[in-house]
Amino acid sequence: MRNSFVGSPVERREDLRFVRGRGQYVDDLSPDGLLHAVILRSSVAHGRIRSIDATAALKIADVHSVVTARDMPDGPPRIAMRLQPLAEFKPFEQSVIADTKVRYVGEPIAIVLASSIAIGEDALDRIVVDIEPLAAVSDCETSATPDRLLFEEHGTNCAMTFTAECGDADAAFTAAAYTRREKFRIGRHYGLTMEPRGLMAEWDAAAGRLTVSGAAKVPFFNRRILARQMGLPEDAIAMVENDVGGGFGARGEFYPEDFLIPFAARHVGRPVKWIEDRRENLMAMNHARQAEVEVEIACTRDGTIVALRGHAHVDMGAYMRTNGAVGARNIAQFIAGPYRIPNIKLQSSLWMTNKTPVGTYRGPGRFETDFFRERLLDMVAKDLGIDRVELRRRNLIQASDMPYRMPTITPFESRDEVDSGDYRLALDRCLEEFRWADKARLQGKLVDGRYHGLAVGCFIEGGAAGPKETARLEINPDGSVAVFIGSSAVGQGVETVFAQIAADALEIPMDRISGVHHGSTAYVSDGYGAYHSRSVVMGGSALLDAAKNLHDLIRVAASKRFGCAPSEIKISEDSIIGPGKLSARLADFSGLTAEGVFLNKKHTYTYGTHAAHVTVDAKIGHVEIVDYMTVVDCGRIINPMTVRGQVIGSLVQGLGGALLEDLRYDRDGQFLTGSLADYLLPTAGDFPNLRAIVTDMFPSPINPLGAKGAGEGGIISAGGVVANAVANALSTFRVEPHELPLTPQRIWEMVEEGQNRSSHLGASAGEIAPAPHAPHAKAAC
Amino acid sequence: MSVSFEVNGKPVTVDVEPRMTLVDCLRHQLRLTGTHVGCEHGVCGACTILLDGEAVRACLLLAVQAEGCKVVTIEGLSNDEALTPLQASFRRHHAVQCGFCTPGMITTAHALLTEEPDCDADRVREVLSGNICRCTGYISIVEAVLDARGAYRAPEPQP
Repeated sequence: MRNSFVGSPVERREDLRFVRGRGQYVDDLSPDGLLHAVILRSSVAHGRIRSIDATAALKIADVHSVVTARDMPDGPPRIAMRLQPLAEFKPFEQSVIADTKVRYVGEPIAIVLASSIAIGEDALDRIVVDIEPLAAVSDCETSATPDRLLFEEHGTNCAMTFTAECGDADAAFTAAAYTRREKFRIGRHYGLTMEPRGLMAEWDAAAGRLTVSGAAKVPFFNRRILARQMGLPEDAIAMVENDVGGGFGARGEFYPEDFLIPFAARHVGRPVKWIEDRRENLMAMNHARQAEVEVEIACTRDGTIVALRGHAHVDMGAYMRTNGAVGARNIAQFIAGPYRIPNIKLQSSLWMTNKTPVGTYRGPGRFETDFFRERLLDMVAKDLGIDRVELRRRNLIQASDMPYRMPTITPFESRDEVDSGDYRLALDRCLEEFRWADKARLQGKLVDGRYHGLAVGCFIEGGAAGPKETARLEINPDGSVAVFIGSSAVGQGVETVFAQIAADALEIPMDRISGVHHGSTAYVSDGYGAYHSRSVVMGGSALLDAAKNLHDLIRVAASKRFGCAPSEIKISEDSIIGPGKLSARLADFSGLTAEGVFLNKKHTYTYGTHAAHVTVDAKIGHVEIVDYMTVVDCGRIINPMTVRGQVIGSLVQGLGGALLEDLRYDRDGQFLTGSLADYLLPTAGDFPNLRAIVTDMFPSPINPLGAKGAGEGGIISAGGVVANAVANALSTFRVEPHELPLTPQRIWEMVEEGQNRSSHLGASAGEIAPAPHAPHAKAAC
Repeated sequence: MSVSFEVNGKPVTVDVEPRMTLVDCLRHQLRLTGTHVGCEHGVCGACTILLDGEAVRACLLLAVQAEGCKVVTIEGLSNDEALTPLQASFRRHHAVQCGFCTPGMITTAHALLTEEPDCDADRVREVLSGNICRCTGYISIVEAVLDARGAYRAPEPQP
């Protein structure tokens, strides 16, 4: 039987419970004897804790206890970094609870355990915390001044500077015919999940075993950290992944609560559950993105890019969290995106500030650099009088360049290369589907009170982070097969996708795959989870290995039964056939189980092109997306329906970051956006006109599935493309966005500035006047 | 204090604190966990239920306010045998990813289609704009709701 579930738009298995409200998320668990945890968080951005007095709180009936750093005999442990755990970052790691100092609004100070959340929150109001306030660091600029240190003992707020380098950028700039330098800023966004974080811990004192429900993303890694912090062997801890209401990079990293809740459960000997409320989620889950960059481009007169250089400053918040360095590192690495730029020197400095610490958010560093770079490319096209599409086509990495080496990052010495693809094909397909040529006549035109703008941008998306993934197959008594896998579910549909892959690999009908069991630490020997668009690529490849191993085991077992050599056994669907008329069924080998692994040091690179058509009401700064086309080539497609879902879903998140989302602080580090009425998310009416085409033109050569990551391509280009479309729409006012998000207020201000500039120069809007950021032309160009 | 109302066709009487929200009562006292809590300030719509046929936010109601009302949750809009046409449409259009907003979306859409089975895409978007989804980007959800309209229309009179 030759199946073809892989490649088909199979309806999702998990939907059968989700559409009936039968998903089981961590807050749906409620064991006997449960205590609810609520967390007292700092309301001060920077200060020294003088005292914590919980006497009054403990007098409330049904308040069981209040846990602080003092209850931890060896002091509060620190949280080790998961990715890029460089020695330089050690001093900036976060303790699980504030002890002597608080460094951001939202930092945990105490945990109340009570019979209900409401009573716990009553108790929070009665805990008296005396904090001596210190001057706060609310941005990178202040962070660079020596008189406001977050960690006095370390003498600097700069945790690290990454450098991405290839060729000789300075020499290329000296010799270049044309250069242009710009400054850009990007706001603070985060991977808001609809389900706030939650954990439930149960301590079995007799057995010395801990069970933690609500695990997500990287349960095996988190178990390693937790085991060390709790002084337990790893196998004494079970991490249980329930249904997870969204990930986006933020959910499932090891946060302070991932220690505090298990610790509290052991401390009081009762099950403890903590469910984050939305205000906490906004101020306690990892933030992301916020950065500013000064970046300079050098080109020949025909628009061939010869060099990029610059310096980015990334606002890290108060601590280095588990994956906190990824965004800053990626800003250095991905500044060139899908373009062939022979000389690069980009530095990226990580500045500690008195804000919520940052981590990854879908497309980390790539959303940011695409905004910086694509804005710059449109400016270059304008300066040099080259068509913006032609400029991009001319500079894209070509199919013949593959695999193409990317800049080296120090201090890592990490090297990477893009694996496969023809970037021009995606560009051409996107323009054709978008009908760019027909729409181009609208560029900058005023029609019925709205200005029209078009833009195009290209991206690459990394995926398939190693080093390893594990899968296991087991034959059930009824002859069906269960899949167990180290990849995690964050809503992306892994139960369906892995069932497709397993059914094809075992050549059995999909309904013979009894279930896909993922994430939890009980299922496989080791797992690496869901990040860097890796779940399906890595887990799926491991699953192919497991299927091969299972067939080998069946052959060996059948050969013993039939008295023949394993090579004489044929497996066809449910039939295991030996010489003569000997045969058996899968059910005869019930209990047989085989593990498979996939090891990988390389990354897959999905790529594609976005094109946008916007209209802008210059009077009120409102942007409407009239049409948006995304073409993503992501290697072998397992399920085109879910891949398209990833692209559109991530695109809308990107449009949120481009136009709406912004976590704000005042100069004292006070958090200003503590509700969903302040942090604006896209809603159903905002972006109805989006299209996505997913193609499988170039399978990845680095894994047996041929698959590439597909979770992030939709978000990466959104900021740059929308900003360019707005610039082109408002070219009459010489609007050049340098900052995201493009809120109505910001657009209105840019239009006002443009009009004032024009009237100051005595020219009406639309006439030629010096651009605000004049290019540095070294020769006529 | 004691409050009595009807949930999914069955009368219930529960003892609640006056400050307990209806959603907490449904989830934690009546163990109807299909209704989710996403923001507790009425913005996200994950907790949408039907109160006397109208889609409302159960996080903005106190349990005691449900006295004498008919409450329907996602559990009451589901059965064991098969997906309803609206649920099947959500699945067919891939209008579900993580599933957390889904019960609120389906409940809101059910109330809309019950009242306005001929609504157009703009109306669907307008009504669903009170329910936040972070995964799908909404396009597939709007398609799913539009595609389910037929199941809510009165059958054509037979000649």
